[in-house]
Amino acid sequence: MSTGIQIILLVFLIVCALAVSFTKNLFIAVIVFMGYSSIMAVIWLLLESPDLAITEAAVGAGVDSVLFFLTLKKVHYLKGTREG
Amino acid sequence: MNHLGTNFYEAVSVILFGIGFMNLLLQNNLIKKFIGLNIMDTAVYLFLAAKGYIWGRMAPILTDGIVDASYYINPIPAGLVLTGIVVSVSVTAFSLALVQRLYKHYGTLNMDEIMKLSREEEGE
Amino acid sequence: MGEKKSVWEHLKAWVDGEEVILDADKYIVNRSKREKKNWRRNFSMEYIRGNVKLYRFLSIAISVLFIGIMLSVVNDLPEFGNPANPADNEVMERYLESGIEETGATNFVAGMILDYRAFDTFGEANVLFLAVMCVVLLLKKDQKNYSAKEEQENREDDFFDENEKRPILQIGGKLLAPLIILYGIYVILNGHLSPGGGFSGGTIIGAGLILYASAYGQKKMQTFFTFRTFTLICVGGLLTYCACKSYSFFTGANHVGFEIPKGIPGHILSAGFILPLNICVGLIVACTMYGFYALFTKGDI
Repeated sequence: MSTGIQIILLVFLIVCALAVSFTKNLFIAVIVFMGYSSIMAVIWLLLESPDLAITEAAVGAGVDSVLFFLTLKKVHYLKGTREG
Repeated sequence: MNHLGTNFYEAVSVILFGIGFMNLLLQNNLIKKFIGLNIMDTAVYLFLAAKGYIWGRMAPILTDGIVDASYYINPIPAGLVLTGIVVSVSVTAFSLALVQRLYKHYGTLNMDEIMKLSREEEGE
Repeated sequence: MGEKKSVWEHLKAWVDGEEVILDADKYIVNRSKREKKNWRRNFSMEYIRGNVKLYRFLSIAISVLFIGIMLSVVNDLPEFGNPANPADNEVMERYLESGIEETGATNFVAGMILDYRAFDTFGEANVLFLAVMCVVLLLKKDQKNYSAKEEQENREDDFFDENEKRPILQIGGKLLAPLIILYGIYVILNGHLSPGGGFSGGTIIGAGLILYASAYGQKKMQTFFTFRTFTLICVGGLLTYCACKSYSFFTGANHVGFEIPKGIPGHILSAGFILPLNICVGLIVACTMYGFYALFTKGDI
């Protein structure tokens, strides 16, 4: 596996983590974290652990972000759902 | 001993851990704190899985009936990380439930304001 | 001697055993009082938290210091991907070489976490169950922690679920949810042959249930999935897991004497207890994921 792709993906990870830290909007932070998890799933595939890739894609990008979104809705953060 | 160039997975995982830790310390918003905690989790998993990888070997699933330890990568970190990912989901869900209860009681997600309000409550 | 000595000389003499500090108690009391005062004035936690700039600077300094130290450690770690690394030792060889005979699973990871380390996985299934029970404690609705405002919000949500037209979500949910659940079942049943297993398959099934519930509302889910079903499936899964594994523990942890039929590696009905254990774990995980969703939206499963 070519090292170039791996290094690009790893740099993407660091950029995503920094973006989560510096954005003010919680909605954007959760979306970027979702992207972070998807990139992580690709990296598990490159590290030859397909079990982890399936689990991370289903858990990190699926259920985790659903839970974050539901919490944002419950604390009346999202626009369009009451009070905004 | 100069392996920083070849150990780039470990280096990136250490940097991610630092960023997550900084998030945990510096953010005032509880949800961002928990995103930082999740980033720390994934950094540790990345470190573990990178320790098990071996160049040019296959995933630990029997292919073509070859039973030979020098043909597959190390399966132990994969098993450990699989356990960890699922535990991190339950920790996230539990902490988000706590966040919802805190919001219901104090009406804010800001850590400092919650501390101030709780101190006022205690004082009364 | 006798004249003024510096503190350092006193200390040296005391270490050498030539001198006993007679007024040591007084000295310590004075010193600690003085130091404590300064300490409290300059470095208390209150002061640091109050001074935002200092707190930020200290946090960033700690994190950067940590990253620097760990990077220097990474610099000295064994090379990435080298087959001679100390992590790739005889344990891994044992798992890879005799794993097929002893567990019958072609996926070595599944064989490892559900046969050699099944006790660990049992604990983890319990962690999931405990987590969902804690969320039930925190978020389940009852008269005491439920305000009129939330009641009204929930009623509005129910009203939207029943009356709002959401064609994309509903048709998409109708088409996709069965396929997603089918794929999850496939992943669970092939856990010992291909990548996947109870955890990933269970999460996929949970995601399908979440999609269905978000498209058609939770009233419709409650026709076949109530709190009672949830507890029955979870506790039943845990007890079945416990029974299967205690059978193989009590008959000798290595299946000595009581050989469970392994079947031919590569067939779906093989690998001893791994298939039923995968099904148990998958059911527990699927129920847990859907339970989180239901409790987070309505406060009720």
